[in-house]
Amino acid sequence: MNLLLLFVLIPILMIFCLWISRNINQVRGVMVAGSTALLILSGVLTYLYLGARADGDTAEMLFRSDWTWYSSLNIKLSLGVDGISVAMLLLSSVIVFTGTFASWKLKDQTKDFFLWFCLLSLGVFGFFITIDLFTMFMFYEIALIPMYLLIGHWGSGRKEYSAMKLTLMLMGASALLLAGILGIYFSSGATTMNILEIAQLHNIPMNAQLLFFPLTFVGFGVLGALFPFHTWSPDGHASAPTAVSMLHAGVLMKLGGYGCFRIAMYLMPEAANELGWIFLILTTISVVYGAYSAIVQTDLKYINAYSSVSHCGLVLFAILMTNQTATTGAVIQMLSHGLMTALFFALIGMIYGRTHTRDIRELAGLMKVMPFLSVCYVIAGLANLGLPGFSGFVAEMTIFVGSFEHVDLFHRVITIIATSSIVITAVYILRLVGRSIYGEVKNPEFLKLKDATWDERVSVIVLVISIAALGILPLWMNNMIGDSVLPIVNTLVSR
Amino acid sequence: MDYSQFLYMKEEVSLVGVIAILFLYDLIAGEKGRKYFSLITCLLLGGHIIYNFLPTSTSGAVFGGMYYYTPMMTIIKSILTFGTLIVVMQADTWLRREDTKFKQGEFYVLLLSTLLGMFFMIASGHFLMFFIGLEMASIPMATLIAFDKYKHDSAEAGGKYILTAMFSSALLLFGLSLLYGACGTLYFDDIPATLDGNLMQMAAFVFFLAGIGFKISIVPFHLWTADVYQGAPTSVTSFLSVVSKGSAVFVLLTILMKVFAPMVQEWQIIIYGLIVVTITIGNLFAIRQKNIKRFLAFSSISQAGYILLGVIGGTQLGMSSLVYYVLVYMVANLAIFGVVSIIEQRTGMINIEDYNGLYLTNPKLSFLTTLALFSLAGIPPFAGFFSKFFVFMAAFEKGFYVLVIIALLNTIISLYYYLLLVKAMYINKSDSPIESFKSDCYTRTSLVICLIGIVCLGLAGVVYETISLFGYGM
Repeated sequence: MNLLLLFVLIPILMIFCLWISRNINQVRGVMVAGSTALLILSGVLTYLYLGARADGDTAEMLFRSDWTWYSSLNIKLSLGVDGISVAMLLLSSVIVFTGTFASWKLKDQTKDFFLWFCLLSLGVFGFFITIDLFTMFMFYEIALIPMYLLIGHWGSGRKEYSAMKLTLMLMGASALLLAGILGIYFSSGATTMNILEIAQLHNIPMNAQLLFFPLTFVGFGVLGALFPFHTWSPDGHASAPTAVSMLHAGVLMKLGGYGCFRIAMYLMPEAANELGWIFLILTTISVVYGAYSAIVQTDLKYINAYSSVSHCGLVLFAILMTNQTATTGAVIQMLSHGLMTALFFALIGMIYGRTHTRDIRELAGLMKVMPFLSVCYVIAGLANLGLPGFSGFVAEMTIFVGSFEHVDLFHRVITIIATSSIVITAVYILRLVGRSIYGEVKNPEFLKLKDATWDERVSVIVLVISIAALGILPLWMNNMIGDSVLPIVNTLVSR
Repeated sequence: MDYSQFLYMKEEVSLVGVIAILFLYDLIAGEKGRKYFSLITCLLLGGHIIYNFLPTSTSGAVFGGMYYYTPMMTIIKSILTFGTLIVVMQADTWLRREDTKFKQGEFYVLLLSTLLGMFFMIASGHFLMFFIGLEMASIPMATLIAFDKYKHDSAEAGGKYILTAMFSSALLLFGLSLLYGACGTLYFDDIPATLDGNLMQMAAFVFFLAGIGFKISIVPFHLWTADVYQGAPTSVTSFLSVVSKGSAVFVLLTILMKVFAPMVQEWQIIIYGLIVVTITIGNLFAIRQKNIKRFLAFSSISQAGYILLGVIGGTQLGMSSLVYYVLVYMVANLAIFGVVSIIEQRTGMINIEDYNGLYLTNPKLSFLTTLALFSLAGIPPFAGFFSKFFVFMAAFEKGFYVLVIIALLNTIISLYYYLLLVKAMYINKSDSPIESFKSDCYTRTSLVICLIGIVCLGLAGVVYETISLFGYGM
């Protein structure tokens, strides 16, 4: 029995319990019990992982175990985690936990909602614990499809259009990805699907790499909102229900960056060095263009969605810089962005649930009527623009310092361009906060609104604490991740 | 004469036995006995599957090479019988109707004769034997399609089917005569030695392909499909779309591998083109359909294209993945047809629009349909994902990169229209949704079997592993 297996078994158990539960209290009970168990589990895992590392275990992946699934096709269920996956698991379980509380009051077919929600989280957890190409791809797709029903049924606005667009674009990306994965498998000699073994073999010929690297990178990149394939993201996020936005922006978009790093770049390092500049330009466009787009939006969710495009672009940008500092920054950025956006979307959902509008021109003076939510909103905003003391600062600082380490002109210039996004972020965040939180209350109806209830407070406080913890004590996380990106970065640098 | 040869034919012999028992039962059973007709059929078919289930390890030829036996054939025959069993279960409600009640026996006998024809077709080692099997599978099929003879659509569909079937048989026969002219023999074993890919042999191959392409309904031989699927009774449609198609595609694979092996360069190009047009046209036409049976017809055309991906490599992996794909496709498609059939029997509704809001009234049926559609679209963790992955692997292994990418991009189109149906059931609202009803025991059992298949066939690796033990390549 491997500890990691629990990350898949608990969601399956939750799905089963939800299936037989009869009323909303049972559903809530199952969700709270399950997501708390996952949170504790990921805490325990982090502790054990750090303990094992402190004892001098230097294997690339810990908690390894293999089960043969399709022996004639070399498909195995291979489990294993390193610092990056542990960090991602921690993030996912926090988001699932807070997402449960954020959708506490959902009335419409609660059971089905959480059923698909659990399936989504099953895919996410499964993706981070496996290191086999086939199973990773399988979990990746499991995480995508529940989005369609979650957005299409429980969403708001142009939900059917957004749901279809999101699903088709992401599935289109996974079609490219499948071609890339098959390419990796067959051109590495068709003997194993295990990522570590393929990386060790290191026998993918250059022309195959040049063909399959773009397929794999774009396949994952679409999920990481790579320009020009980011268009699903604003519509999808704007239409999704609160908890789904949280999970999607918080965790699912990280699957993209994680996959690019762990599969595309690790397994095909020569092509990554050869073609990296094209994708660097694209990600820089994502970073800057996403930030500029956020300025002109008036819908709270759209602003945050474009800001996600910008921040997730930064993740891809940093991993393409291929040095230890920048890639460590990329992983911290994944964590930080996941927590921040989740907090943002949770708060937007709570505000929208009260005011029934997300238009910043109609909102004003929220600080007077709901101080708790407003304060947290300001905190989220400040973290987003990279104020020291919050996670955003740590992440962006590490990324830009790392990127600037490059001695050649191209990388330095492009770093400077990307850095400008910090200023633009400050513009739209301050404008947003100033317009909607401060000022006089425009709409007298708003004066009757109540502040956060206990379930909302749980969700928000957990996220705020996580953001502050990552911002104030980043060192242990930094070390954990920094050790783990090293093998991958070394592969990239030496080839 | 050595009678032990007949042991190789145990599938056919036991199926003939089943047909004979049913035929006699139809004659002697009274009004009361007929109530148990479908039960008896199901039990007999179940016994038949169990009897044939474990393939004997030796392969061999009988009657001087007329008839072939390999363990893989047992597997595909068992799969087809299994599909027929589910069709029989789902047909029960329909057959109990007033206007079909008295000819229940005919239905079973005709259905099983078709299956017997497919068995002969699969096991043939000589083109004449193959042709007899094909005809035996086609002619009773036409009567089955026209089974609801007082319904205009059904009669018309039967007419269309028989005319197209005859036409394609004629083409096939012409191809065979050319082949005989070119090679001087029709034995599968002897033909490859004389093949060199000259023009006459190419023409023979193309005519042969046209004949069998009709059965699989690959584009451009697909024009009958939508009309016939729409007109035929739903149970017959489901039989046509899974069992008939599955057998034909397997035969195509074995003949290409065994007989036309020397012409592999030539036929790969042709199959390549056929796959591209079949998948694309099937998918594009499916988007526009309003009637669910026509919708499924075009979906099954595009699925045939995916199945052909297992053919094109001619490898061991290709054969195993093809057989596996047929099995997985069968459970998913039969699940949908089971739902369509029961809804048609209860309410007479057959348009996609009628399914609006089905989830609120019949959650279990719509849940099952959703899983089946996801399986067809290739979404994990359902079996369809695994089967699609394996056929893609089979084609990729042989270097058909572009083809695989075209097929992959087509899965997005197919996902779009499958999601339209999901959307109708889950998201769309309706003023007059299909009312809540309880389905009968047979349908429910068959749907549960399909559900288990959809969920477990992929997750349990043992199914594919067993199939792949018996696969062989060129």
